Amino acid sequence: MNNTVISVHNLVKKFGNFTANDNLTFEVYEGEIFGFLGANGAGKTTAIRILSGLSKPTSGNVEVAGYDAYRQPEQIKRNIGYMCQKFSLYEDLTVKENITLYGGIYGMSKKKISERADDLLEKLHFEEYKNRIISDLPLGFRQKLAFSIAVLHNPKIVFLDEPTGGVDPITRRQFWEMIYETAGRRITVFVTTHYMDEAEYCDRVSIMSEGRIVALDTPAALKKQYNAESVEEVFIKIARPIPPASLKGG
Amino acid sequence: MENVIESSGIGKNFGETRALKDISFSVEESEIFGFIGPDGAGKTTLFRIITTLLLPDKGEIKVIGMDCALKFKEIRKNIGYMPGRFSLYQDLSVEENLNFYATVFGTTVTENYDLISDIYSHIEPFKKRLAGNLSGGMKQKLALSCALIHKPRLLVLDEPTTGVDAVSRSEFWEMLAKLKQHKITIIVSTPYMDEAMKCNRVALIQDGTILSIDKPQQIRDGFSRKLFMVTAGEKYRLINALRKYHNTISAYFFGDSVHVTFKNDSYDDSLYDHLTSEGVENAEIIETKAGIEDRFLELMEK
Repeated sequence: MNNTVISVHNLVKKFGNFTANDNLTFEVYEGEIFGFLGANGAGKTTAIRILSGLSKPTSGNVEVAGYDAYRQPEQIKRNIGYMCQKFSLYEDLTVKENITLYGGIYGMSKKKISERADDLLEKLHFEEYKNRIISDLPLGFRQKLAFSIAVLHNPKIVFLDEPTGGVDPITRRQFWEMIYETAGRRITVFVTTHYMDEAEYCDRVSIMSEGRIVALDTPAALKKQYNAESVEEVFIKIARPIPPASLKGG
Repeated sequence: MENVIESSGIGKNFGETRALKDISFSVEESEIFGFIGPDGAGKTTLFRIITTLLLPDKGEIKVIGMDCALKFKEIRKNIGYMPGRFSLYQDLSVEENLNFYATVFGTTVTENYDLISDIYSHIEPFKKRLAGNLSGGMKQKLALSCALIHKPRLLVLDEPTTGVDAVSRSEFWEMLAKLKQHKITIIVSTPYMDEAMKCNRVALIQDGTILSIDKPQQIRDGFSRKLFMVTAGEKYRLINALRKYHNTISAYFFGDSVHVTFKNDSYDDSLYDHLTSEGVENAEIIETKAGIEDRFLELMEK
């Protein structure tokens, strides 16, 4: 019953002498909310770039949505959605224009885009804002819209890189309800966050440290294994990052 | 003792946007005073006013006993400011940046080294490296060292921990706690509610308005209702079921549970019946103590 949508075996990614991803092995299942945690510089972004077809592994086997990361990065890109905190929407386009643009990029028909756009605007109660320029809208609003657009084309997997950074606590929770709703539609949600309470919302979490996965399980099992009250406590116990004497990218 | 910051009725508009509305607060000497609120709440605008980089449209503000509009030169000598965006010289080395800041403020690195040694020792092995080539955590330590090198009376830190992982965040707060013994007053902003507990006092800020100012413990105690923590297998199903229950006032995700308040501050067996009918099995309900974030959510709803 657990269909695998991401399958990673012995993934290694090197930049010169530096090993950013050191022998990663894990699987992610259909409809799962998978939390991808780690300290700054642990190698999360490198791994996400490989999983989303933007970068090639140095060695190892990586399959995403049934496609091979070496040979079929373009097919991978077509079957995933991606959203990050820094850039997702075009700030000088309107809400409606952003939806149309992304729909076009994902190769959806005009009719389909228009249907999905109406649907999305209604669900978010954004109808009255559809002709507003993105840069005029509050951050929480933009993040919800960016997420909706990232799943506009019904991808198999959506990657969310710190989607709730700086967002107010109510909007953050509304955002997570959107995540649950999306996972309920059998779309896999692969999410990174620095908010450790959000780690508790995931079905399973992995914790990376210095390029390796040092823990992977359900939040409840991790808390039990490390005799901790919260995922934050687990994280502080094992994600001890970079000793001050080494140097890594953020 | 005179307050380090004294502000009354500060307002600031940018065109149509009312960034700050009637902000009044005071900060005592040697306090760690936190401004907790989301992006867009007005934290950065307020910090730019405190550091004399912006003038308010109305209201009055004194920093270290001096008026921000009249004595800005004098004030600037006495404050250290770490802006949200990394703003050191990327093409100077670690050591050059530190020396530069010391010189600008008419001092030397040796003179105040004891103040920064705890923090700077982490990056000293890389003192010849260009600041632009440091990792995020190291940039943060260098920026803090540069902000402290002239031994300011007031340290202003704008979101120093945003985008920083949980381990480094807790290390950063340990460093701040140590600065107290040097009688440095610290104001710090953050979007992380849990960091409020590390401050002596906090102001919760939202939409340019201060919702509450108090010791973190008192803010928690300000929660007006009994709070219940509900856990069950499927969290999404659980929260939806709780919201449908006729007695529910609010229901929010909190870690591995849902925090709920009820009319009359109580529930009865009909809640269990309702949850079962909504397909939620084996729900556990216990009373719990509100945290800062619970109180923030309650204040936001009003």
